[in-house]
Amino acid sequence: MSVGKELAGHLHFPWHILVMGKGISAVAEEAARYGASSVLSADHELLEHPVAQVSASVVAQATTAVEATFIVAPVTPWTKDFLPRVAARLGAGMVSDVVGYEIEGNTVVFQRTMYAGAVNAAVMITTAVKIICARPTAFPKAKPEERPSAIVPLSIEIDPASIGTTFLSYEDRPSERPDLTEAAIVVAGGRGTKGREGFQLLEELADLLGGAVGASRAAVDLGWVPADLQIGQTGKIVAPSLYFAVGISGAIQHVAGMKDSKVIVAINKDPEAPIFQVATYGLVADLFAAIPTFVEAVKQTKEA
Amino acid sequence: MKVLVACKRVPDPSAKIKVKQDGSSIEAEGLKFVISALDEVAIEEGLRMKERRGGEVILFSVGNVQAEEQLRMGLAMGADRGILVVYEGFPDSDLVARAIAAIFREEQPDLVLMGKVSPDTEAGQVGQLAAEYLGLPQATFASKIELDADGSKAVVTREVEGGHERVEVQLPAVITCDFRLNTPRYASVPMIMKARAKPITKAPLDGLGVEAIAKVKLRNLLPSPQRKAGVRVESVKDLLRCLKEEAKVI
Repeated sequence: MSVGKELAGHLHFPWHILVMGKGISAVAEEAARYGASSVLSADHELLEHPVAQVSASVVAQATTAVEATFIVAPVTPWTKDFLPRVAARLGAGMVSDVVGYEIEGNTVVFQRTMYAGAVNAAVMITTAVKIICARPTAFPKAKPEERPSAIVPLSIEIDPASIGTTFLSYEDRPSERPDLTEAAIVVAGGRGTKGREGFQLLEELADLLGGAVGASRAAVDLGWVPADLQIGQTGKIVAPSLYFAVGISGAIQHVAGMKDSKVIVAINKDPEAPIFQVATYGLVADLFAAIPTFVEAVKQTKEA
Repeated sequence: MKVLVACKRVPDPSAKIKVKQDGSSIEAEGLKFVISALDEVAIEEGLRMKERRGGEVILFSVGNVQAEEQLRMGLAMGADRGILVVYEGFPDSDLVARAIAAIFREEQPDLVLMGKVSPDTEAGQVGQLAAEYLGLPQATFASKIELDADGSKAVVTREVEGGHERVEVQLPAVITCDFRLNTPRYASVPMIMKARAKPITKAPLDGLGVEAIAKVKLRNLLPSPQRKAGVRVESVKDLLRCLKEEAKVI
């Protein structure tokens, strides 16, 4: 929302918020506090567990309804799935993982990273409708305003016969911990944790600090932690105030997902591990000794 | 089962990437190139389907003529033939998707498989764009694909926020693969020898009826600023003191 609002401000455009789902009136009310020209509310049975064709169709219909020229969305597993379909449907150019932009005359130049964070690319969209998927860690959050927006119900048409995809089930993994991409502290483990038991140590530390648990791709591929905890080029991008990389060697594919963290702590047995090249504080130690000691020390300072 | 699988030429993920002085592209000189790791997963999945069901695995790539090297490597894994859409420029995702749509219309496969994202340009759009252009269902981020008995449907387990989702897609469909789907095989020496004789068709864009226009244009590349190393601490006690007193993050 902050990207859409700011972009609209620079270009002197109205901006609208699209809320889509099933039974979403509370979310629409909430969205109406952000100063948009209107909040479009698409409430539909098929949006309870939306498949890509349905989500894409709704966004395309909303775009037409308000004659939008920019579509701005945050990078999430959901938007990554369906937003390119919107682009193909509307003949629009789409830029994934936008981390910044500049307005040069009538043109908006978008910045994004490539090659596991080694390269910054400046790109332009040549089509009338432009789609931007913005990386949430790269922009501030929108703030609520005084003046509420009007909520406009959006009537949508979906032909169920044209979808070809049926939602079957969703296997939830309930967690008490904060969301990985929103947590102020992330404790991440890699191959060096050697398995579930190693991760239990990290979970204890995360819970003590009110943080989230993350992992390198190696730990996910080995089945030690669920796939949605993966941080890195092919997983999530995080930028907490404090990031612990524990038993993670620090391949650039992992670093791409956490290098914008404010403080990075690396704990690794191998003094040559590349993770130390990006760490604010590096500790060469065996995590199985260091983490329990650290946990005890934190507990003591909390009690003191 | 006729499966069309992506086989993208990308720099070796362990290689150090340098940007050309003029910012027009990366410095390819001296770089080692490989098949995109997630495309390898897609190729493996296609081969396993063929081993169970029979049929054909066709690889495609959109890029410069050197991409033939990676197609050859994919054929050495066991694929039957390759299609190289020759394009010397910097294709945006949309151009690649339109090329795939053109190949699809010609080949009429039962399934299109590819990695969920490639490690070079990292857009993650091609599969979904191609599916929409072809009016096909899609399943992205697949960690399991179960084909039904007559090959008319597939149940796909997808890695989504908070867990796993299962969807059923009517075939033909486009499925993009995640790392947990399988572990790709290595090509054996006899297979590498055998792959030399397998056909690779070169198809220019205009021959496919695909217009060479870009919806997203690259203006320039810059090396990104790298984070600097901080300090080594001697003990857990030191670490905690630094985090509390210096960084003030605990």
